[in-house]
Amino acid sequence: MRELIREELSKGNKNVLLNLGDVSYIDSSGIGELVSAYTAVSNLGGNLKLLNLTKKVQDLLQITKLYTIFDVHDDEAKAISSFPASA
Amino acid sequence: MTPVDMTNEASTVEMTFESNLKYIEVAEDVVRRVCTTAGFEEEEEHKIEMAVHESLINAIWHGNKNDPAKQVWLKFQIFGDRLEIRVRDQGNGFDPDHLPDPLAEPNLLKVSGRGIFLIRAFVDEFRVKSVVGSGTEVTLVKRFNRTMKSHEGGTDREHEDCGTSS
Repeated sequence: MRELIREELSKGNKNVLLNLGDVSYIDSSGIGELVSAYTAVSNLGGNLKLLNLTKKVQDLLQITKLYTIFDVHDDEAKAISSFPASA
Repeated sequence: MTPVDMTNEASTVEMTFESNLKYIEVAEDVVRRVCTTAGFEEEEEHKIEMAVHESLINAIWHGNKNDPAKQVWLKFQIFGDRLEIRVRDQGNGFDPDHLPDPLAEPNLLKVSGRGIFLIRAFVDEFRVKSVVGSGTEVTLVKRFNRTMKSHEGGTDREHEDCGTSS
């Protein structure tokens, strides 16, 4: 995931939507990777959003107070349209 | 022969392995079986599994620094009212009283530092014995709730007539 995001950022794609629908749960290092991705994208003026969180992942983000930091969606079309228009 | 009073004995499962992350999956299989045997529901079982997972990552990665010459010891004990899990490493130890708070504003977007916080969130009690230079042992305790029933399992012999043997 880290490499994928780096690659997209290097191409100038700064709006990233991570679909975590197939991620049943993550551990603390997985949370760390999400935070790292968020920071990398934000530092370049972009937006990282999360899509289709499972309940377990959602609970983890809530426990760690990260749920309100990430922009979380459960509808892909709405998530995509929520990105600011590219300059 | 003096009879052994086993009424207060816990059912115990122990394992020891080298510091390699591949053993975490093995340990998680054991966690699931122990939790099922103890009678935990799926949600509680997942929390326990996550707590053990984080504890093992800490032991292997932070404690033993992935040194295959160093061992991790894992012990499960099912008591009458709780499950106790101990994880011990052979690392340099750490000071559990001086860990940064991952929920504090300056730390929210830090990449690491949430492992022990999550363990505490998933279990009822979390104890740390750590001596700098002598390794660390953590104890995780999950109490049974009143509605739990232990997995009875059993064999065909359960249905035999247990009359007087000849």
